[in-house]
Amino acid sequence: MSFEWPWQYNFPPFFTLQPNVDTRQKQLAAWCSLVLSYCRHRKLYTVDVLEVQESPVFNNKKIERKLSVEAIQVVFEELRKKGNLEWMDKNKTRCLIMWRRPEEWGKLIYQWVSKNGMVNSVFTLYELSNGEDTENEEFHGLEDWMLLRSLQALHAEGKAEVITLDDGKGVKFF
Amino acid sequence: MDRFMWTNGLLEMNETLVIQQRGVRLYDGDEKVTFCGVFRQHAKSSGIGKSAKIVIHLHPAPANKEPGPFQQSKFSYIKLSFKEHGQIEFYRRLMEEMTQKRWENTPVSQPISTTAGLKAGRTRAVGIVGIERKLEEKRKETDKNISEAFEDLSKLMEKAKEMVELSKSIASKIKDKQGDITEDETIRFKSYLLSMGIADPVTRETHGSGTHYHMQLARQLGDMLQAPLELLSPEDLVNACKMFESLKLPLRLRVFDSGVMVVQLQSHNEEEMIASALDNVSEKGSLTAEEFAKLLGLSVLLAKERLLLAEKMGHLCRDDSVEGLRFYPNLF
Repeated sequence: MSFEWPWQYNFPPFFTLQPNVDTRQKQLAAWCSLVLSYCRHRKLYTVDVLEVQESPVFNNKKIERKLSVEAIQVVFEELRKKGNLEWMDKNKTRCLIMWRRPEEWGKLIYQWVSKNGMVNSVFTLYELSNGEDTENEEFHGLEDWMLLRSLQALHAEGKAEVITLDDGKGVKFF
Repeated sequence: MDRFMWTNGLLEMNETLVIQQRGVRLYDGDEKVTFCGVFRQHAKSSGIGKSAKIVIHLHPAPANKEPGPFQQSKFSYIKLSFKEHGQIEFYRRLMEEMTQKRWENTPVSQPISTTAGLKAGRTRAVGIVGIERKLEEKRKETDKNISEAFEDLSKLMEKAKEMVELSKSIASKIKDKQGDITEDETIRFKSYLLSMGIADPVTRETHGSGTHYHMQLARQLGDMLQAPLELLSPEDLVNACKMFESLKLPLRLRVFDSGVMVVQLQSHNEEEMIASALDNVSEKGSLTAEEFAKLLGLSVLLAKERLLLAEKMGHLCRDDSVEGLRFYPNLF
């Protein structure tokens, strides 16, 4: 399924950081939403800032407009404030994009676990993210760092516990 | 050597110590002199330097030379023998002094005497001394003038300091919005500015302030804006324009955020202008300042100000790219 661009994407002013404060707020909200849905669509969990400048999301070749580096940083800062982005380094060159927050992932995973009557079973992390049984699930292909955070969120709710197995980590659901 | 003069070891009024050297033997001509002291310039002389000895040829002493160790001498030169070296420096200083002839610049003065006063001693010839005295007086006069001038300068500095204090206090009051600037301060400030030639400072009350000239000018501007005026300085124009309201003229001076100042009709209605700007832009999809200016027959500067105002109000948004700055209706 091809990605559906929002109307702003073809509106040239969208690619200029607006000086009017109110206008800017709306503009940034639209950008955050676009970035998250794009990453979700492409299953991107990490983003390299330099690379992403050339990505279609910030670079609309059709109208010949691209978002400046400064503006991209502003958008990323917004995402960080909302809890959807985490910098991986001090220099802010790479970041984790959480188009779904750990708690939300945890909820999805637990739903699948209980739906299949597998509470009280133990799974390896690999089984969860890459096993055959989870192929149709949204969390299939979830990267380890995110999977762990999701399970930790569940742990906080008393619904799971991460354990160490012979060949890696695993999780027990309650 | 009959050119020596007795003196005490102290420096006299117009003498300065150039160089002091120990262990110098004085020769009257070729005869060793038994006394010793600091050698000082008094008479004209020319010198020839030799190793370890300096020979100084002296002109005959003036007739009124005070007594010295030798009343008469068959020699017209003296020798200085430097037993403890130092002759090079001594010679150098000697030559320096000879070239500068510093003693000729300072008037010959009496040794300071406690009694009898100076008048009693003034038996010298009027000629040179007279000239020298005049020079001295002139010098004193110059000195006085300079210190007076500096007095003015220091008074000016005082005033300037006061002004700086005052302006600082006003500035900080404005900044902190702490109470009003007192009447007294305003008056003081204005009087300072007036004394500096600034007739009309920018104050909040425009009514009643400003010179007669500006008022007349404002009237003229109001009546016949089209008529060619003589050369006018921008400051005068602005000052005149500031008075439109107080003179009840149908024009207004308007300052934009960017600092651009315009004269506009009193009847000018801002909201209408912005609404019509939005219409224009929507109709065309988007507009640059130049295109807008052409459309309305305005100057580009005015057109841009209007577009910026509409953007500020949230009616328009901007597209800033390599193609230029373009305004769109705000669809966000």
